[in-house]
Amino acid sequence: MSRAEIMNNIRRGLGRGEASPEQRAAALARIEARADNLIPQRAQLPRPEQVALFKTMALDAAAELIELDSIEQAPAAIADWLAAQQISELVCASDPALQALDWSALGTINRIERVAQAGDMASLTGSFAGIAETGTLMLHSGSSSPTTLNFLPDNHLVILHESHIVGVYEEAWKRLRSATAGQIPRTVNLITGPSRSADIEQKLQMGAHGPRTLVILLIKE
Amino acid sequence: MQITSPAFKQSARIALKDASLQKALGNLKAGFPVKRAQAVARLPEFDALRDEARDLKNHILENLDIYLEQFESKVLQQGGHVHWCRSSDDACKTILDICQQVDAKTVTKGKSMVSEEINLNDYLEKNGVTPVETDLGEYILQLRGDHPSHIIAPAIHLNLEDVSEAFHQHHHRPKSSDPAVLMQEAREVLREQFVAADVGITGANFLVAETGSTLIVTNEGNGDLTQTLPKTHIVVTSIEKVVPTLEDMTLFLRLLARSATGQEFTVYNTLSSGPKRSDDQDGPENFHVVLVDNGRSDMLGGELQEMLRCIRCSACMNHCPVYGAVGGHSYGWVYPGPMGSVLTPQMIGIDKAALLPNASTFCGKCESVCPVRIPLPKLMRHWREKEFERHLSPKAVRYGIGGWAFFAKRPRLYRLLSQGSNLALRLLGGKKGLIHRLPLGAGWTDGRDMPAPSGKTFMQQWQAKQQVQQKQQQSPQEQQS
Repeated sequence: MSRAEIMNNIRRGLGRGEASPEQRAAALARIEARADNLIPQRAQLPRPEQVALFKTMALDAAAELIELDSIEQAPAAIADWLAAQQISELVCASDPALQALDWSALGTINRIERVAQAGDMASLTGSFAGIAETGTLMLHSGSSSPTTLNFLPDNHLVILHESHIVGVYEEAWKRLRSATAGQIPRTVNLITGPSRSADIEQKLQMGAHGPRTLVILLIKE
Repeated sequence: MQITSPAFKQSARIALKDASLQKALGNLKAGFPVKRAQAVARLPEFDALRDEARDLKNHILENLDIYLEQFESKVLQQGGHVHWCRSSDDACKTILDICQQVDAKTVTKGKSMVSEEINLNDYLEKNGVTPVETDLGEYILQLRGDHPSHIIAPAIHLNLEDVSEAFHQHHHRPKSSDPAVLMQEAREVLREQFVAADVGITGANFLVAETGSTLIVTNEGNGDLTQTLPKTHIVVTSIEKVVPTLEDMTLFLRLLARSATGQEFTVYNTLSSGPKRSDDQDGPENFHVVLVDNGRSDMLGGELQEMLRCIRCSACMNHCPVYGAVGGHSYGWVYPGPMGSVLTPQMIGIDKAALLPNASTFCGKCESVCPVRIPLPKLMRHWREKEFERHLSPKAVRYGIGGWAFFAKRPRLYRLLSQGSNLALRLLGGKKGLIHRLPLGAGWTDGRDMPAPSGKTFMQQWQAKQQVQQKQQQSPQEQQS
């Protein structure tokens, strides 16, 4: 009932009845075309410079950056980082790429695979893309990447392969569409730095409700 | 919330003398406008993006029914529900109904101005469902029984001491005046709520027709915990927020954070598309989108249509000298500042909100910073005209305008009179050129001195300029030699 009323009122306001078949087709074609709008020059760069821009922008957004030559170095680097924070447990996404690693470097640090729970100190996830324009990570939900890991733990560690860095958001959308066969995942997260709030006297404080720290483990190509 | 817009003048007078509010407003003026200017300076294409965003919004509005249908069908395809609500009442009932279906006791809420607009919290509470605000600013306000005074920085009218006192009373912990400690307290207290809530309610900044997704933009991550942890996620949003594609959403996102907080990008931009999938390990089992009209479809086709381009960035109020002086609560309803002065009369009636579009000097700063180029002064003027047409303006104003119109139509008389009053004002101004008291002008001189006219009049300057131009045209060779 309300739906029809709202639709009728919209059409009355627009001075027409139902849209003509031509108008409808044009609007639907616009969706299908998924055309780019104006894209700023900033990130339209040769690849090495895109990677450099990603790093600069991510650091500007207060992310921590750990650069590694290969993914095999990740467990030791993570162990060091967790030890420095005196964190004894790492909650991991059940990601085959993470499972395949040799985790013996963690030593006494307990590595578990599950969704996040209140009280978790650190999580480790993969990422789908890095966007150089603003140093943004793209993650999405799926069988091996529960969304709660991105928000509930105090510290979020993310593995990003340099080869997954793109210049601009538009490139990331295109990659996402082709990787998921056009069926958008339940959740897509664009994450730029750790959680923050300036709601008390406009003074910026880090670590509001999401992770206080965002650590990006950047793996060379 | 109670509407106090008809008392704008009294509220503004009180606000101007409120030292604590004035201190808090100082933080606003020193923050957002400066950061926005820096962000804009870093992006050379900013103004070109604004043009495209304006044009795209216009296109969307002309095709609004088509894009909404497309959005709806995609949500349904993914197993979500869409509810169409004509009024605030419809929307509140719909949301309560969903809460009752899942036997909800507590709901967590991400920040949503539409939920303020429909007065959702009061409605839920009256019906036995406890809403818990999770945005830090909104949480502080809820503890204080207060309302937002700004659309993105809801507690901007409060100082550290106010927050410290509210937390001390409600958290039963030692009083602290360290913002970091206070935020940590809120984090700990709300964490329990996030996990315990039966339903999570968020707003949406955009709805994507292509994918049937809703998008929220937050810096705190509270919206994400709100919508990921409970079994049911309700998105309460409004019909003008739909965009065709992810690329189109991106155009607006490049403008939104920069215009709002001056950030390059907000920390969390999150797309939600339906309930959790069969292979997802977490996420809500039920996904509802409550689409609120509440007078918006009435704005299509009229002069106010352009207001529907608004993406709620708050740049207009951040730059408004009136907002900066009196704060958001003076406006007396949900939406303050220039965008509120256009929207509020539409939503609560011009009879109650007529003072708001008058509370502007028409300096034009709001329009000059609007990311979707809404001609806010023009739209406020529209309401002033409506107010006049409907005989809502005070008698003194009506007679004043009538008198002015009489002279304005008789230029000789007008000039004679203005020369006379000009001279009188100069005499009144004395050596310092400041007038302390003016007949019929107490509204001005009670609060500040009025500067006396100085230098030549506009007409004198104009005539002099015309004479110079005439001379130039008559003897161009002389000028060259």
